[in-house]
Formats: sequence, structure tokens, C-alpha cells
Amino acid sequence: MSPARVVLDEADMVRAVRRMAHEIIEKSRGVDNIVLLGIPTRGVHLAQRISSAIHDIEGRLVPCGTLDVTLYRDDLRMRQVRALETTSIPSEGIDHRTVILVDDVLYSGRTIRAALDALNDIGRPAAVRLAVMVDRGHRELPIRPDFVGKNLPTSQEETVRVQFAESDSCDEVVIEQIATGVAGT
Amino acid sequence: MIGRHLLSTEDLSQEQAIAILDTTAELAAVSDRSVKKLPTLRGRTVVNLFFEDSTRTRLSFELAAKRLSADVITFSAKGSSVSKGESLKDTALTLEAMGADAVIIRHSASGAPFRLANAGWIGGSVINAGDGTHEHPTQALLDAFTLRRHLRSGAGDLAGARVVIVGDVLHSRVARSNVRLLHTLGADVTLVAPPTLLPVGVDAWPCNISYHIEDALPTADAVMMLRVQAERMAGSYFPSALEYSRLYGLDARRLRLLSSEAIVLHPGPMNRGMEISAEVADSPQAVIVEQVTNGVNVRMAVLYLLLGGAEPTTSTKEGV
Repeated sequence: MSPARVVLDEADMVRAVRRMAHEIIEKSRGVDNIVLLGIPTRGVHLAQRISSAIHDIEGRLVPCGTLDVTLYRDDLRMRQVRALETTSIPSEGIDHRTVILVDDVLYSGRTIRAALDALNDIGRPAAVRLAVMVDRGHRELPIRPDFVGKNLPTSQEETVRVQFAESDSCDEVVIEQIATGVAGT
Repeated sequence: MIGRHLLSTEDLSQEQAIAILDTTAELAAVSDRSVKKLPTLRGRTVVNLFFEDSTRTRLSFELAAKRLSADVITFSAKGSSVSKGESLKDTALTLEAMGADAVIIRHSASGAPFRLANAGWIGGSVINAGDGTHEHPTQALLDAFTLRRHLRSGAGDLAGARVVIVGDVLHSRVARSNVRLLHTLGADVTLVAPPTLLPVGVDAWPCNISYHIEDALPTADAVMMLRVQAERMAGSYFPSALEYSRLYGLDARRLRLLSSEAIVLHPGPMNRGMEISAEVADSPQAVIVEQVTNGVNVRMAVLYLLLGGAEPTTSTKEGV
């Protein structure tokens, strides 16, 4: 396995988050009606960073929660049963609001498809938007992000890891070659 | 994660038990939504195979399976081929031929679920919904979940929690499952019953024994009252229902011996006025109705953990 290549360091990630926060505020024309929902695990850290950045800019706290999509995945029968992560919808709910789904990496798009199905059973948002730190291409479904930290063309032999200090050693985005014979996630 | 079957709480490690409780906590949120449905077990067939009467447990499993979008068939012994003398084996083969992914079995013979799971008659998962006087694992799990919610803020294990179980331990599969599971989760269990209602060998169980309910109540964090099967009274286990109730029943006076934070559980159905007074059953410390809600959620968690991944016989690829 060739060594991991750092494509975004801590400072780059801070700038990307700040820019995405500005874009979100601009596109939503203020922060009145938005809800951030992070997809566990790393989407949650990113959602909190974005919420914090929005607070720095607008002085207001956007409702921020988590949305676990495990039960809506389309590949459950392909491997051993997965542990569930936490779903926590803010008390304001999602009806008539703009939900911004937040995830670390956008790849095939299947996770987001599952998230849309989950949202459908929870309520009826006015709109759903997608914010990701990295868009690495290779979409298998017609899904596209609204707010992107970094567009990273990759090959399918590579894996992209977005690391956050909350669960990893530090903040950085890393690409590495995966060992042959092991399927990617 | 928890193996292919759920037959007994004895089979569950602490890690597995906590995994079930944590999964239950996540699934509980579904019951609060307006769309109480998850697509996860769509296309799976779950059979309720009930050889003994039960409304509560059967409905609970049925609802749990339906909330996960599974198809449910209920087979109850009365008015079925069993009353015509069909054996467990043939019933099992029939269900297998119909494509059951999971069989939830309640049977009067201890060990029937084990037989069903290991005889090679069916390929799916077996869940024990109560076998004879042996075990009732999902009841113990929902009791543990209820205890954890109230005594440990809904997380972790039950280390140090003092649980008192009062009643007909001799005939109770609920007591057996609870003693084992609570011990696995680190709780301190005390059984309270007249000597005639304690099984031989109970001193080898991982719990304390007492014949005096009032000795056990003041330090208890939770009390679980077991139904006395009224049909047993002719078997001389105690002189009269009144005497049993006076010595071992939980009434308002004894409720006041408990700490105000302590909770009262009962697996149901209750004999109000016998092992538990109406006043206690309706008091704010009683969590009996919540146990029913938790029962549905626990059974959803068990069904998800058994059926929500690749079928064990077909997953031959490592790590995929």
C-alpha cells in the first residue's frame, strides 16, 4: 500500500468549512429555516463545525442533529449486521424546513439515497440540500452535492479519509491506495 | 453480532447484551414518529409459533416485526394441526417449506426452542418467546432495558444496581432469565419468595435469597413482582392466597419502604390485589406500562440483529 497523501491539512479544512458556511447562508438567504443533520460518524463532526462557523458569521445557532441511515441502506444483506448509530432530530423538527444533510465523503451516493428515504419517514422538509467535505466522483445514483469542501477526482483503487480530531488523530483529508484484493467501503 | 438464534440469556455476553440494549434505544425513536415503519426487514418472513397461550408477547413480536416491514404469520396451537397430533418436527418442516426466515417459538416444554434451532429442520433464526419454566430472554432484555433507562440514564450496564425479584421463582422462566441477564450486566439481584417457591439448587444461582420481603425493600433500586399462578394454589405451595399476599405482596405500605427513586416492575399479566395491589400498580413508581412499550422495541432490536445482515449460511466472503 503506497503511503497516504494529505490533500487537505487542518488549515485547509478550516477555510473550506468557513466557505461552505458562507455558501449555505447565501443560498438559504439567512439562517431562519435551516436544520443541519450530520450522518454518523464523521458527518456529525462536520455538521458541528459548520454550525459553529455559521454562528461565528451570523451570530445565530442553527439547529443541528444527527441522522443515522443504517436501517435504510441498500446493502444490509451483503455483510454482517451493522450496529446502529444515533439519530437525533432537533426539537424544531424538519417539517417545512430546509434540511442540510452533512457527510464527510460523497462517493456512490447510496448513503444519501438512504438518508433521503429516512427523512421521508420522519417528516416533510421544504427542501433537502447536501454538504460534503469531499466529492470523490464515481456516482452510482443521480445525486449531486450543493456545498463541497473539495472536489477530488479519485480512482476506485483509492480510498479517501476525512479525519476529524474528535474521532481521529487530527484534522486532515487523506488519499491512499487500497491494498489489492480488499473491497472498498 | 449476537449469533444466529436467541434461545437463552445465558448465551449472551455482556457486550452482546449491551449491544441489544443500545440497538433498542435507537429503535425506540421510531415509535415516536408518525410513520412507525422501517424498511429494514422488507421481504423477510417471521413466524410466530405459539404452542402456549399468549396475547402480550405474541402481539409484541408481531408489532415489532411489522414495524421493520417483515411479513408476519401467526401459528397458534389451538385449532391447528398440533391439536391433530402433528409433531414439532413436522410443523417446523412445514414452516421451512414456506420460507420462514425467523421462527419465534413459545412452548410448554423447556428446551423446545433449542431442539428447533439445532435439529437441522429449519434454516432460519429461532427466538425463544418462553419455553416451559426455563427461559424468556426477550422479557429479561426488556426488563434490563427498563431498569437501565431509569437507573443508569439509558446507557452502559447495570453494575451495582440492586434489583429485588419477588414471587413464584420455582415456576418462573422470567425469573431465571432475569437472574442470568442481570448478573451478566453486573447487577446485584435478590430473590424473595417463600421456601416452597424456590427451586432446589437456587443457592448456586448468581443472586442472594431472602424469605422476607421487608428486609429486601429498603435498599432496593428496583422491585420486580412476579405473578403467582393461581392455578398452583391447590399444590400446597402456600396455605392460602391471602397469606401469600400478606407476606409477599407489594402494597402501599411496603411501597413506602422503598426509596422514592426506586421503580416497580411486573412482567404482566398482573393479579391486582394478589402479588401487587392496585394502588401500587397505578403509582408513579410503577413502570409496568412502559415495560410493554420497551418490549416492542427490544423485540425490534432482536429481530434486526438476527435478520438485518447477511444470512449466516450464505456469507462466505471475508469482510464483505
